[in-house]
Amino acid sequence: MSTPLSGPGSVQQTPGRGPVRTGSPRSSRTARNHAPITAAGLAAKVILLGLVAGIAIWAAFPLVQAEQWIGLAVLVLTTAALFYLYVGRRHVPAKYLVPGTLFLIAFQIVPVLYTASTAFTNFGDGHRGSKDDAVVAIQSASVKQVPGSTQYPLSVATKGDPTTGPLVFLITDPKTDTVSVGDADGLRPLDPGAATVAPGGKVTAADGYTVLNFGQASARSKDITDLVVPTAGGALRSSGLSRAYEGKAVRAYDAGCDCVKDSESGKTWTADEEVGAFVAADGDRLAQGWQVNVGLANFTRVLTDERISGPFLGTLIWNFAFAIGSTGGTFILGMLIALALHSPRVRGTNLYRMLLILPYAMPSFAMLLVWRDMFNTDFGLINNMFGLGVDWFGQGWSARAAVILVQLWLGYPYMFLVATGALQAIPRELTEATSVDGASPWQSFRAVTLPLLLVALSPLLISSFAFNFNNFNAIYLTTEGAPFPADNPSNGATDLLITYTYRLAFGGQAAQFGFAAAISLFIFAIVAVVSAVSFRRTRQQEEVYA
Amino acid sequence: MSTPTGATVTADASGPAAVNRNARRRKNRWFAQVGWRHLVGLLGVLFSLFPLVFVVSAALNPLGTLSSTALVPTGGVSFGNFSELFARTGFAHWFLNSLLIAGGASFASVFLSALAAYAFSRMRFRGRRVGLLSLLLIQMFPQFLAIVAIFLIFGTVTDLWPAIGFNTPWGLLLLYMGGALGVNTWLMKGFFDTLPRELDESATMDGASHAQVFFRIMLPLVAPILAVTGLLAFINTINEFLMASVFLTDTDAKTLAVGMRTMLQGAERNTNFGIFAAGTLLTAIPTVLVFQFLQRFIVSGLTSGAVKG
Repeated sequence: MSTPLSGPGSVQQTPGRGPVRTGSPRSSRTARNHAPITAAGLAAKVILLGLVAGIAIWAAFPLVQAEQWIGLAVLVLTTAALFYLYVGRRHVPAKYLVPGTLFLIAFQIVPVLYTASTAFTNFGDGHRGSKDDAVVAIQSASVKQVPGSTQYPLSVATKGDPTTGPLVFLITDPKTDTVSVGDADGLRPLDPGAATVAPGGKVTAADGYTVLNFGQASARSKDITDLVVPTAGGALRSSGLSRAYEGKAVRAYDAGCDCVKDSESGKTWTADEEVGAFVAADGDRLAQGWQVNVGLANFTRVLTDERISGPFLGTLIWNFAFAIGSTGGTFILGMLIALALHSPRVRGTNLYRMLLILPYAMPSFAMLLVWRDMFNTDFGLINNMFGLGVDWFGQGWSARAAVILVQLWLGYPYMFLVATGALQAIPRELTEATSVDGASPWQSFRAVTLPLLLVALSPLLISSFAFNFNNFNAIYLTTEGAPFPADNPSNGATDLLITYTYRLAFGGQAAQFGFAAAISLFIFAIVAVVSAVSFRRTRQQEEVYA
Repeated sequence: MSTPTGATVTADASGPAAVNRNARRRKNRWFAQVGWRHLVGLLGVLFSLFPLVFVVSAALNPLGTLSSTALVPTGGVSFGNFSELFARTGFAHWFLNSLLIAGGASFASVFLSALAAYAFSRMRFRGRRVGLLSLLLIQMFPQFLAIVAIFLIFGTVTDLWPAIGFNTPWGLLLLYMGGALGVNTWLMKGFFDTLPRELDESATMDGASHAQVFFRIMLPLVAPILAVTGLLAFINTINEFLMASVFLTDTDAKTLAVGMRTMLQGAERNTNFGIFAAGTLLTAIPTVLVFQFLQRFIVSGLTSGAVKG
């Protein structure tokens, strides 16, 4: 298992690999282009291109239906380019690069650019759509039951999972007995015969929908109360779980003053294009706003808003401490054990190695959850074994020590493996020479072994740092960021920037996609700077460009 | 570590007391040279194993609760947790989903990066250096940082093509393939660079096309390394939680990471621990086995890749 430190290929690479194009690669390239076409190669080409065409046609239909002409154009151009590339015999390098690059562009570069553009908006709950959407939402949310409102028998249904899927209303018109399905986009009649209606008008089954039973419906009563179906005369809302009414909107938008008026209280809210919301004279803001460009506000908020900047700085420091602690700790422990077992006189190293790397081979998500429960205050193994009653995740310092200990367990076998590999690559003569010269084992380790190890492993240490800097699972599956200070439920003592971002975007409170995207960019900047600086300092970088 | 004094001192020692002292000294020397190494190794093994022993004990615990589980099974042994795991949860679904997604994604990612690495290693073309450098840069932006944007984009995708949208394995698979190129291409380029160029040049002279050189000559030569890279990608994908939790919310569509976490939520946390531990063991068996087989390649694969960036 020899692991050359300088890269064994470096010697063979030199001939013909310089920037100057010598004759031999060129002639071999022409030879390649004139190689005969084999039957197998042709068949593979036909099948793959047929598959591409098939997928493109399948993908085109929904685009045409939704009238997404830009999407369709991108699809057609991409397919045409693929056919041009693989039918022709030129552009050989591109034939190998394009498949991966397509996925890279679609699922990595586009999302990253989208993130960057979202970071300059106030996109999030309450600022999702256009101004018109906000007006519709405001008007339908203000619907009130007035005397004489029509009542409908109501069933709640969903197309997805009864506990999480988006809900729709199935209602029966008492006059015409037609069944309609309604969601936040409006009311559509359902085909007669597609729904089974019980006597009394309640829908009991409908094609393509799962009708929620009473227990499922009452578990989601809040979602049901919040669902407003806009109609021509106002909107439909539920009253209880089995009846709906059509009411009148109290608030209405007036284009003349660009404002919303409440016909009961007479209060007005004027549109403010800067913040994307309707604001009253007394500063009261309507919850439903629209998406606007806020410039650098999301970035300056991190620095200027005191409720955010203080905890944010703490999170940033802890984030660095966690990444350095995890990487350094696993490296030191792994290296120590590798050094100890690296001796021809130790028997059974294979057995040791087999047992030592078990944590690395176990599914880490499950082991993180197991560790979380080992730290459980009431029934956890650690408290049981030592007869303690410590609330490990209840105090900042013990929680931090606990998550680093867990990372140590998960990560040191990897460091042990790579350190073993690197140690075996260090020629034994070097350390023997130092002991002949009278150096103590410690001196020879400091002067010879450690520097060579660091040279070989520093790229791995850097990538381990970058990984741990954004180690979402390590926190989210153990402490979930706890403990939280009493006055700030969004930023806990063990939160990393990435778990903080996740909570901003997908946590229980109102989603702040724009702000979360700004913090994502911030994390990217940190990781990029740290990696760039440290890569620059490792001389390996020089030879990889060769 | 080396104690050169021992031999000279023993020369003039005599009598039973001296023999005794001699034996003790030899023991001390053995400890100084070899024994402490075993001690460190044993401590490491203990640290590695005790959570695993706890998991095994919990999986075999007939009561199946966290509070009744000790480090070694005390209240008898039963396989009830395993049968309950399949009866009460969607474990079989999750297992299949995870195998499909992680298997597909790791195979595709290794294949795509091998293609790209072949081009970067063996061909000279305009934009090669820029391409390599931009891959390095893109790699620094982890895909999940763009999770907000991915969530919004796939909202539209779900509306247009429900078959590859949320709650389907295909959508997640496509997403994972987007991150394929950045991570492995550099590693693979390093492996291809170590193969002598004369090999493929002579094949080309014999009339092999570039595709034949790649599939018939290069791929078989780097196959063990490809297996290791694939295994590591497989394990990373199985453990991926963030994007899977945003994508998969239906019970039957979940992967192991997302599904098994729901077992330990809220009030279920104590009672479900036994079946959770049983699930952990079942999840671990395939990876641990493959790991033990590929151990040797893993060490050389990781470090030689490291040297090449």
